[in-house]
Amino acid sequence: MPSAVNINWYIALSSILFAIGALGVLLRRNAIILFMSVELMLNSANLLFVAFARHLGNLDGQVLVFFVITVAAAEVAVGLALIVAIFRTKKSINIDEINLLKG
Amino acid sequence: MIHPIPFLLLAAVAVAAALGMLLSHNAVHSALYLVLNFITVAIFYLALNAPFIAMVQVTVYAGAIVVLFLFVIMLLGAERLRSPVDEVRGPERFHRYAAILLALVLVGVVAYLLFQGGLDMTGVDTTAGATLDASPQALGMALFQSYVFPFQVTGVLLLAAIAGVVIFGHTKRQGEDNA
Repeated sequence: MPSAVNINWYIALSSILFAIGALGVLLRRNAIILFMSVELMLNSANLLFVAFARHLGNLDGQVLVFFVITVAAAEVAVGLALIVAIFRTKKSINIDEINLLKG
Repeated sequence: MIHPIPFLLLAAVAVAAALGMLLSHNAVHSALYLVLNFITVAIFYLALNAPFIAMVQVTVYAGAIVVLFLFVIMLLGAERLRSPVDEVRGPERFHRYAAILLALVLVGVVAYLLFQGGLDMTGVDTTAGATLDASPQALGMALFQSYVFPFQVTGVLLLAAIAGVVIFGHTKRQGEDNA
């Protein structure tokens, strides 16, 4: 076993977490779980930002994490408001049943 | 950085929590697995010399965002609408296999690249990160000196999000005009 953890370990962990998040978006049909999976993907990107900031000795990666967190918070707030609005009219949050615009 | 054994233990917890989020039948359990994942990632931030981001991760992600999720789940009573097994049936089955295949391709390509030797680290001073000043003060200086414009744009984004949420959340009462 290598004696020290380097950036490659974090790349591996981050890509696994990202793949699980992408699987969640593709497999699950519950819109709330879908948003949680998007959060997981953003979070794995954040982990890689911080790992590279540490690797390169540069603070810019850590600053960018704040912007990602802000965008994630705004996205969740708007997305959950959308889900509540859709649930009021369709009584369902299954994304396969939200097909009003289908031709 | 961090010793390999605690890294692998924490990574196992993070991946298990992510899988629990993905496979859980109950949406509330999914949200709680997500909290576990966020907290393990916060510990990674501590190990990566980013204490302030670790605290922000715990308060904003594990605190505010997951509470928002739980609030909406319980508001809608959407804990167990359909189990994950029922969700992918019949004609949808093909896309399940395609999704799993694509995820395996992503992880496989990264694993292949890492086994090829990983990132080229010649010319990178990897010791600089250990002594990097990542205090809130240093982060604030970087944020307000180099990233003032993105910071202002973020403010506009949050304002737009507030306006959007208020419009979506507004319900017309009986007898109220359509205006």
